[in-house]
Formats: sequence, structure tokens, C-alpha cells
Amino acid sequence: MDYFVNVTLTGLTQGMIYSAFALALVLIWRSTRIVNFAQGSMAAATTFIALALIQAGQSYWVALVVALASGFILGAIVERVIIRPVEGGPELNAVIVTLGLFVAIQASIAIIFGSSFQSFPTPFGVRGLEVGDTTIPLTPTSLYIIGSVLLVMGLLVALFRFTRVGLAMRASAFSQEVARLLGVKVGGMLTLGWGLAAVVGSLSGLLIAGGSFVWPAYMDALIVFGFVAAIIGGLDSPVGAIVGGLILGLALSYVSGYAPRGSALVNISALVILIVVLLVRPGGLFSSATARRA
Amino acid sequence: MTTIAAATVLSTVAACGGSDDSGGASGGGGGENEASDIGVTETSIKLGGHYPLTGVAAPGYSEIPTGLDAYFTCLNQEGGVYDREIEWIFRDDAYNPTQTSQVTNELVLEDEIFAMVSGLGTPTHSAVVDFLNDEGVPDLFVSSGSLLWGDNPEEYPMSFGWQTDYMSEGKIIGEYIAENFPDAQVGLFLQDDDFGEDGEAGIRQYIDDQIVAAERYTPGNTNVGPQIAALQAAGADFVVGFNVPSYTALSQLTALQLGYDPQWFYSNVGSDPTLVGGLLNRFSEGQVSDAALLDGALTTGYLPTVDMTDNPWIQEFQRIWDECGGEGELTNYRVYGMAQAYTVTQALQAAGQNPTREGLVEAIEQVGSEWEGPVFAPFRYSEDSHMGTSGMTIERIVGNGSEEVQPVRVTDIGDAPIEEFDGEPATPPANAIPDEEAVN
Amino acid sequence: MSDLQSPASTGTAGKASSDAPVKATAGGDAPSAQAKSGRSFLPRSTLLRHLLVLAACAVLAVVVLEITSPFQNSQLATLTYYAIAAGGLTVLTGMNGQISLGHGALMAAGAYTTALFLDAEEPLPLPVILLAAIVVATAIGALVGVAAARLHGPYLAGATLALAVGLPGLAIYFHDTFGGEQGMRVRAPQAPEWFGSFIDAVSGNSASSTKWLAYVGAICLLITYFFLANLVRSRIGRTWRAVRDQEVAAELAGINLGAWRVLAFVVSAAAAGLAGGVLAIVVRLAAPSGFTIVLSLSLLTAIVIGGLGSLLGALLGSALLVFLPPFVTNLGGDFGLSQTEAAQLAPFVYGVVLIVVMIFVPAGFVGTIRLRWMTRKAKRAMAQAGADGASSRG
Repeated sequence: MDYFVNVTLTGLTQGMIYSAFALALVLIWRSTRIVNFAQGSMAAATTFIALALIQAGQSYWVALVVALASGFILGAIVERVIIRPVEGGPELNAVIVTLGLFVAIQASIAIIFGSSFQSFPTPFGVRGLEVGDTTIPLTPTSLYIIGSVLLVMGLLVALFRFTRVGLAMRASAFSQEVARLLGVKVGGMLTLGWGLAAVVGSLSGLLIAGGSFVWPAYMDALIVFGFVAAIIGGLDSPVGAIVGGLILGLALSYVSGYAPRGSALVNISALVILIVVLLVRPGGLFSSATARRA
Repeated sequence: MTTIAAATVLSTVAACGGSDDSGGASGGGGGENEASDIGVTETSIKLGGHYPLTGVAAPGYSEIPTGLDAYFTCLNQEGGVYDREIEWIFRDDAYNPTQTSQVTNELVLEDEIFAMVSGLGTPTHSAVVDFLNDEGVPDLFVSSGSLLWGDNPEEYPMSFGWQTDYMSEGKIIGEYIAENFPDAQVGLFLQDDDFGEDGEAGIRQYIDDQIVAAERYTPGNTNVGPQIAALQAAGADFVVGFNVPSYTALSQLTALQLGYDPQWFYSNVGSDPTLVGGLLNRFSEGQVSDAALLDGALTTGYLPTVDMTDNPWIQEFQRIWDECGGEGELTNYRVYGMAQAYTVTQALQAAGQNPTREGLVEAIEQVGSEWEGPVFAPFRYSEDSHMGTSGMTIERIVGNGSEEVQPVRVTDIGDAPIEEFDGEPATPPANAIPDEEAVN
Repeated sequence: MSDLQSPASTGTAGKASSDAPVKATAGGDAPSAQAKSGRSFLPRSTLLRHLLVLAACAVLAVVVLEITSPFQNSQLATLTYYAIAAGGLTVLTGMNGQISLGHGALMAAGAYTTALFLDAEEPLPLPVILLAAIVVATAIGALVGVAAARLHGPYLAGATLALAVGLPGLAIYFHDTFGGEQGMRVRAPQAPEWFGSFIDAVSGNSASSTKWLAYVGAICLLITYFFLANLVRSRIGRTWRAVRDQEVAAELAGINLGAWRVLAFVVSAAAAGLAGGVLAIVVRLAAPSGFTIVLSLSLLTAIVIGGLGSLLGALLGSALLVFLPPFVTNLGGDFGLSQTEAAQLAPFVYGVVLIVVMIFVPAGFVGTIRLRWMTRKAKRAMAQAGADGASSRG
């Protein structure tokens, strides 16, 4: 029983990390219909900025704020300078551009910050909480991760549902022509969408880094699982991203924990889960009924 | 000007070294340097290696060639080997075997290296070991503890291992546990490849009945919660890890999460106290004091480490790094590279004034087992075995350093017994440059 | 070689000004226009024309392989397996409009099949083994294709991406069969005796094993491109284009979209399987770390950069993959960077090249050149027509 709880809770924490990453992918998809493969290395870049600040003696929270702000700026610049010319063009060209960004940014991090392991601190403890005389594998840090991700999801849902800006962003993403006719500054909305997504991406980078190693490629493993989580949930749905991440994190943890030599089966299990979900619902679990034909 | 002056001084030294040599004219200091084989000119010897300089495996490993580079730079300042400068070329394979194959082609066919040195990684080097042997390129001191490079000289006559193989390491660890922790319930935390397999095979020779669980992780899969929880659930109070450094940190953090506190024993690869310990200390800066996280964990050693500031080899390597190294600090990866470079220098000296590829291999087979250097125990090089060193100490991690709990013991793969090593630790020669006699 | 008319080029054409429709049609009908123009001395039959091109390319390949150094031979061998896989992928993505981020996994299937067959005491002849690699990859491709036929855009991308990381994982799980993480070493087959005398007769060079592997790769490449070029000119190719461009119309015309999509996947999987087989003997290893997502993504970048839908583009894009990194690394070294810095520079430059090409040359190398050429031709044709009209009036 203890074992089951342990496997479940470690899977949950891992799943929340996939969720955070998936959430950022969903944001960009909603605003520009682009899957941003560069998200991992963009997040790594801002994490290294935060690390540089922390090593220079700043507090974690200052570093966090600066990293998120630089994430916003980075996202906005990337959209304006690099993505804008390929927006509305062939889908594949945008994919290649984000792949190029992914490679180039990761290489830049290695050139600027070096490619060795560095540890990234967390403001909270990394010991499991004690309940009675047993320790459950939930640490203050993992609670911080879970809380932050849920908070961000809530804020995003509120933004899209209840604010004019959110409405304008949705309109721009849905139909640029119509939105333009209605007086929405579509270009600005797209930039805003990328900026916000990069903030969420940066946050996921910082959360993953907390209490662990960072190196230029530390987000690589997440690109695949984060993407898979976003797809399981349905690329249009922030809630779907969270649910997709949790499903994936839990399922993979159970596979790893209960199948013989389970760790080696994790990757193939992700494939199987994804295929099963997509066979049942080709647009993901939370896809709206009128999925467009791409 | 200065290089010429240095070269002149050193040619005298080399000539002195050569005069001790009873060998023929070709091997002594009396003859002239000739372009005796591919990659050898009158004034230089070209060596090459492949490493992950970019990508997932770059952290740590990418520092090894910079250690070799620093050593060779300083060696060249002192006149190199028989007045030949070492030209050291290393190329990036991103830990991807297809790229290893490409850069090795480049090194061998385009750069025309004399020998491959210190090529890193089991899957990566597997891709080129046949090619190097087919082409007759010496393949020295592969940076991997796999048995592949040294166990079968008939199949791979040009390849040589260097570090202690994982199986011998497993045996020494197993014996230590059997003698000192006979009641421990041992759990194994293993990387799911030949590294974990060989280590497990070695350990099981001694404590098969004590092992209560063996859990494997696949590199790249960062959630080791289920594996550590399984060790905990199996009641293991002593965990031996055959894992890479990042998984040492992951396993420690996961154990903290689970409130699991066994006696840890990390094999040499995964336990870089300066690296892992230092990193772990900083994880929760200012919040919880986990400074002693790795404290008390056991590990093995076959080379001095940077924390041993009293060790004369480390002092010499520190000097070399300060004088000839690049940016950054001396790390254990760089020490590893420098120690390899030291052995390479011994091999080149032994191969004589005008070395050939075959002569180099023969020299290592003949006298390689007698070389002393930074490595604690001798190499096993002979015509029948190309295995590297076989001896290891057992150390306890204290703070960011370590203290020896068991002196060097040596063994071999298979059923070979484990014996105490009775040799004295070698002291570095002047400038940490060896002076081996030519064999040929 | 053959142009398959890419969505990229139509996309650009669509955005261009008044002569856009002319360009688009010209792109679609390029070969027939060429045949009708009367300038061409090539035969009218597609098959015959392709046979002539094949013979010319074979001669060219021999010349190139004999005037280049052994190292360049080995680079060309690498180029062949990238190009074979990219050729298959450009049929899938360029012709049929399906994206795949998982072709590296299909190459792994081919590579492991080859490794297993070559592992035997008395290995079968190499062509048979490569054929087996094709068959296995094709079978897996058919399975994936069936699942993929329903999926679109990013969902297909995600599913194939999961394939790229999932399938090589099986090699680790079944380590007794597939050698686990360190993979299966492949004894490269020895060159037959006639090869030595052939090389000796042609150039007098020595017939090294590197050279033999480069020839094997080149032969496979030529055969693959010959098949693919004929395929896309056939009814099958036209149907694929219809499925890609006019989904609804195609469906109304009685075309079973799903079946045709699966067929496209199967064909490109066959090419990937062959590419994997060539990779295995050239690299002499089949290991999971050789088939990471990096490989799959590289193939995709190759076909888009080269010019989507064009076999020549796939070849050029693959050449970029092979020749750019060492070029940049050596250039960095010449400029005084340390070897580590120079190595780190290579991926940076590669990434920047991808971005710059997509922004400034969105149709890829071949697509852009072809567009220019067609624009000029169309303008000339219009001017000619105008002149004809004027003269007839006068």
C-alpha cells in the first residue's frame, strides 16, 4: 500500500511538470496555431538567467521574477522577428523555424553558460512531509510546483474567459480577418500570446529545475512528454493540458513501478497511451466538437 | 624563440633518457626523427579522440578532452615526446554512434591521426572499434569501463581499456560488503545497460544471497521514484548504485522525498563527491540544511580526486591546469583526462624514437603493466589482455572530500581472486612527465 | 530529379502577385509542359526519361566517388542513407501532406533487421538482407500509417514523435535480442572481388571497405530515387496530390482517402527501412542512441530546407546535414576558437541556417530556384504569346 502511494505521488509530481510544459504549448497553439518546439530551450535560457542572478547573490524570488520577465520579452521578440514572417505560411515552415530556434538557443546557452551540470536551488524543502510516523513523497517543493501550475492555469482560464484582452486573443487566433474587422490589433495579440506562453514556459523550466541539475539540454526529455501530454488533452484546452500531463505522469509512474524492468518501458508506453487516446478521440480528450480539418 | 629554446633544452633531456636505452639505433636517442608512420612527422605526433561536446551527455564528459589538452600543452612546452609535439584533435559526436562513426572517419582518413585516444562511451565507441581495428589504428585507453575493449585482444588487437572495468569494480564492492556488512540487506540501483549488468555480475559473485532487490533505470527517464520506492519496499538498508552522476543526485533527492535513509554505496562513475556533493548542497540553499546529504556514502576510487589537495599528483595536475588549461576549474573529469594523457605519454615513449602503430601496441603489451602513474594500481596489459587498471580503494565521502576505508585491492574479471595490492603509491616525476625507456 | 510540386511553393505562389495562377499550374504540369515544349531532347516516355537520368546519375556517382578522398567517400556514404530516408519522407510529406517526426524509428527497424541478419553464421547476400530491412520497416510503416491516417497536423506530429522515442526503447527492453543500450555491432560485409577490379579499371584507386560502403549506399540511393520518381509521375502520385490538395473533391471522386494515406506511409517507410539498413552497415552499429528524435527531426528539416516535395531537394537538404557541421567546426577552429567552442558553434549555425532559410527562402533551395525559373518561363511564354498575337494581327 505504501508502495502504491509512493508511486502515485511521485507520478503526480512528475505529471504536474508535464502539465506545466503542455500548458505553454497549448497557449502558443491557441494564439498562433504553431507548435513551439523551441519552448524547452527558451525556458532553459531564462532558467540560466535566473541561475546567474542567484549565483550573483540575488534571492530566488528576484531571480524568478526577472526570469519570467525575460521570458516574456524573449517570447515577444521571437514572435515579432522570427515567427511573424512564417505565420500564415505553410505549417511545416513554422515547425522548421521553431526547430531551428530550439537548436540555436540550446547551443547559445552552452556557449554562454558552459555545458556542465549546475544545481538550481529551490526556496522550499526537498524532504518528504511526515504524516504520523511515515513519510509521504510530497515535499514542500512539489507542493509549490503543483500550486504554481494550478494557479497559472486558473489565471489563464480567467484571462481567456473573462477579460477583453483574452477575448481579443481568442478572436485573433480563431480568425484573423474577422478579428481585424472588429478592430482587434491582431499582430499585438499574437505577440502577447507568445509572450505569455513564454512566461508559462519559463515558469515550467524554473519549476523543473528547482532542487535538481540544470544543463543546456535539461529540458530535452520534457519536449516529447510535454508535447504528448498536450496532445492527449487536446491542443486547444488549458484544462486538457493539465489533465493530459497528470494522466501521462501517473500512467508512466505505474508502468515504471509495476512492470518488470518498467523504466525501460516508459517511452513505448507513452506511445501506446497516445495512440489509444487518439484512436478514440483524434483531437485529444478535451477537443471541441468542431475540430477543424487542418 | 622560446619554443626553440625549450625544445633544445628538452632534446638534451630526451637524449639523456635515450642514452640509458640499450636498444638499437632506431629506438635510441642517437638517431634522427623520421616520419615513421601515419600521423607521425619529424616534429609532431597527431592523436585524436571523440567526445560528447554538445547535447545531453556533454556535462562533465566534455571536460575530459580539455584535461588531455592541458597536459599535452604543458608536455609540448617541455619538448613533447622525442622532440615531437603532440597534436591533440578532439571532435564532437554528441554521444550519438552515427556521429561517432563520422568523426572517427574524419580523424582517421582526413586528419590522419597516429592513434585514437580516450574515445568516450560504450555505444559510441562500439560503432568505431571494428573500423579502427580493420584500419590498424591504435585505439588506446577507451573512456569506458566496458569489457569490450580489453577482454578479447585477438578480436581487437589495437584496442586497450584504461579505467577499472565495471565487473572488477563490482567484485571489489561485493567482497567489501560481504566482509564489513554481512547482515546488510542489499538493494541494487542499476543503469539498464552493460554498465549496470557488469557491475551486478561482479557484486553477485560475493553477496548474491544478501541482495533483496535489483532495480533498473533507463537513462533519460528522470522519474526514479518507483525504483527507489521499490528498494525501500523490499527492505533494503544498503543500496549500491551503478549509475551516472545525475542519477546519484536524483536517487538522493528521491530518497529524501520518500524518507528513505539506507547506507549508500555509489560506484566510481556516479560518485564525484565534489560534483554531486557540491551540487546537492546547493539545492536547497538557505532553507533546509542538507549539506550532509552524501556524507557517509561509500564509493570506490582508482585515481586521486581533486579534493585530495595533499596528493602530489593532484598538486601537479593543478599546476598543469593553471599553466596550460583553459577556463574553469580543475575537475575530476579533467584529472581523468590528464591521467590518461600521462599514460599515453608513457606509451609513446615506450614505442621509441620512431614509433609505428604496431610498435606502439607491442610496447604497451610488453611493458604497459609495469608503468606507474597517477592510477593507483597497475594496468593488466599483456598479449593476452588489454584490460586497464584493476585496482580500487574504497572511500567514504566526508563533506566534499573522501577518506579511505579500504586500501587498494586488485582483481580481474571472471573468477580471479581479489588480492591486496602491495605496491607503493607512485610519486610524480619532474613536471609530471614520465620517462619510460623505449622497448623497440 | 523529379519535382513533386510542394505546398511550400504553392503557398508562396499564392501569396505572390498577378502571375500566381500561372506559376501554380506550371508547377503541377512541369514535365508535360517540358515534353510539349519541343526543346527537350529527352524521350517522351517518363520511364525512359527516368532511365536515362538514372544512367547519367550512376556515371556521375562513380565519377564523384572516384575523384574524392576516402574521408569524403565516407561522408558521401553517410549522405546516401540520409538522402534515401529523406526521399521517402518527401514523398509522404511533400506529396501526400502528412507530417512525420518518427522516420528515425522506421530507420531503426531497418537497421536492426540488417544487424540481426548480418549477425548470422552464414549471412544471406546483402541485397536480400536489405530487402528484409525494407519489408520489416514497411510492415511497421503500414501499422503506423493505419493509425496515422485519421490524424491531422500536430496530432500526427505528436503521434509520430512518440513513435520516434518509443520504438528504439524496445531495443533496450529486449536487450537479449537487440543488445540493449550499447546496441548490436554490425560486421560490414566485405567487398566482392569484382568490385576491386572494377575500381581498378575505372580509376586505379584502391577498393577500401569505406569505398565499397559508399558504393552500396549510392546504388541504393539511385534505385530508391528511380522508383520514387516514377511513382510520383504515375497515377498513384497524382492521386496522392489530389488527396493532399483537394481532400473533399478527391473523396467525392471516389478516392478512399485513408487507404491512399496509408499507402504513402508504406512507401516512405520502405525507403526509411532501406536507409536504416544502409546506416547499419555504414555506421557498423545499430544502437538506440543512434535513433534519437534528433535523427527524425533532422530528416524533416532536410526535406523542407532542400525544397519540400522535390527529390533533388531532399538530396541537397541531406547534404547540408552531412557537410555543414564539420565545415562550421573546422571554420571555427581556423578562427581561433577552442575545439570545444568550435564544436558548440556547429549546432548554433545549423539552427540559424534553418531559421534564415525559412524566413528568406520559404520554398527551400530547389523550390525557390524552380519558382524563379517558372516565373521567367511563364513571362517569356506570355511575351511570346503577346508577340504572336501582335504579329498575327499585323
